Amino acid sequence: MFWNQEMETLERPALEALQLQRIQETLRRLERVPFYRERLRDTGVNAGDIKSATDLRRLPFTTAADLRENYPDGLLAVARDETLRLHTSSGTTGKPKALFFSRRDLDNAAELVARAFCMTGVTRSDVFQNMMSYGLFTGGLMMHYGAEKIGCLVIPSGPGTSERQLMLMQDFGTTVVHITPSYCFYFADFLDKKGINPRKDLSLRKAFVGAEPYTEETCRKIEAALGVDVYNSYGLTEMNGPGVAFDCEHKSGMHLWEDNFVLEIINPATGEPMKEGETGELVLTSINREAMPLLRYRTRDLTSLIPGSCRCGRTHRRIHRITGRSDDMLIVRGVNVFPQQIERVLMAMPQIGRNYVIQLEGLDDMTVKVELSPSAFDGEVGHLAQLQNQIAEKLRAEIWVRPKVDLVAAGSLPVGEGKAKRVIDNRSI
Amino acid sequence: MNTVKLVAVFAENRPGQAARITEILFRANINIRCITVASSGAFGVMKLLVNDPDLACRSLQKEGFAATLMDVLAVEMPDKPGALHTVAECLAAHQINLCNTTGFVANGRAILVIEVENPAQAGEVLSKQGLRVLSQKEALAV
Repeated sequence: MFWNQEMETLERPALEALQLQRIQETLRRLERVPFYRERLRDTGVNAGDIKSATDLRRLPFTTAADLRENYPDGLLAVARDETLRLHTSSGTTGKPKALFFSRRDLDNAAELVARAFCMTGVTRSDVFQNMMSYGLFTGGLMMHYGAEKIGCLVIPSGPGTSERQLMLMQDFGTTVVHITPSYCFYFADFLDKKGINPRKDLSLRKAFVGAEPYTEETCRKIEAALGVDVYNSYGLTEMNGPGVAFDCEHKSGMHLWEDNFVLEIINPATGEPMKEGETGELVLTSINREAMPLLRYRTRDLTSLIPGSCRCGRTHRRIHRITGRSDDMLIVRGVNVFPQQIERVLMAMPQIGRNYVIQLEGLDDMTVKVELSPSAFDGEVGHLAQLQNQIAEKLRAEIWVRPKVDLVAAGSLPVGEGKAKRVIDNRSI
Repeated sequence: MNTVKLVAVFAENRPGQAARITEILFRANINIRCITVASSGAFGVMKLLVNDPDLACRSLQKEGFAATLMDVLAVEMPDKPGALHTVAECLAAHQINLCNTTGFVANGRAILVIEVENPAQAGEVLSKQGLRVLSQKEALAV
């Protein structure tokens, strides 16, 4: 099923011509942003020199740091009066990234979500329960708007309690949910305890699972646990939020809407393009945004392009599920782990010193090295073993992964200059 | 009741740790009479009977080690078959659990170093059995 069949199946030459036209428009808009005006002038490249999407490579990247440095509205390309909505992307440190949307931007964002819903087979007869957080986070509102556009009954439940989620599902016959992978498991457990079989007792058919990267294995597990078809959803606040790329009915990779975004996959270390099919960092240029277009934005999300065309007939290319993040979030055994969560647990325990290191090795083995506070040492090996166990258990409760915990001597972990290097990831991607 | 002090020090279970600890003790002119190492995975605890436990402990702490002093019993036994059995049986009869235990024989004398939860009680029981529970000074003079 198509929401906008013409655009979704536009032949590649026409799609690429449209991209070029929108790139030119975007470059003209960026001339109004002092930050970009200077950057573009420094490169000596004129808008007229860009003759294809590939020529974008001659232009500089935009990074999360650029967004933070230009907080709150340094990258705005329209007058403040033209803006209708502000969203932020939570940073783990310092200021968030602030993103503005014009009326047309919001409408386009909703259109992309509507396309996504349609291509998974959602219709106006569906009941969509949006279990994502509303507010500054784009995941709630943007999906809401998209679902309304195609005419679903939308239940804006937000994250709420499982008890209430279940009540809404039962009373209004929810067929589609939007949910994070971690909440899926939690909710499945909850149903289990309640003695509810989602296949028999609920009308759920589909789950749009996103906001956190997750593995294929997790996807299969969610499908088994909730009795639903899981569709992978990719998006980021910097590029509208959800609906940037989405699984179609064939679930063989996420179509990225190339009439709205120019995609590149680069080597995160060198910035050079990767060969088709190779995993690298996704770089996106928003070419259909008024209020705040971004040029070659480094998403820090690792993925690869899927060669060939999809059976669904859409011409927009597909990307693999996000396999990781060159950012600070860790994905351990399919679970998203922020070093900050670990820190919170460790720092609440008086037996632990100040420093710690998270080591990831092998396939997905996590070892947390923590410094023993000298005052907590009583000479008993048994007590230390107990302490290790206790730490591992507390971490499991917080991050859903039970790491191996190694106690080390205070002062034995390296202390970096400035920001400590807390994570050593030696896993093979 | 006589007890002796052991220095317990936390160390990571990797090469070079014992060398660091012993170097610190050597520099403080500490003489080691008896040593045990209990390791558990990534770390271990080294326990030492030394001529000056306070100085040893302080020296290690000054170098950043987690170190502490523990009260244990040093029991002199006859150096002959069945001696340890006598001690074990005596403790068993009083429901006293032996934790870490070590011992040494020097100058024809056999000394058992034992950790128990309640050293005073265990010391009393062993004394009544006719065993000598040594003071720090006596243990170091062996």
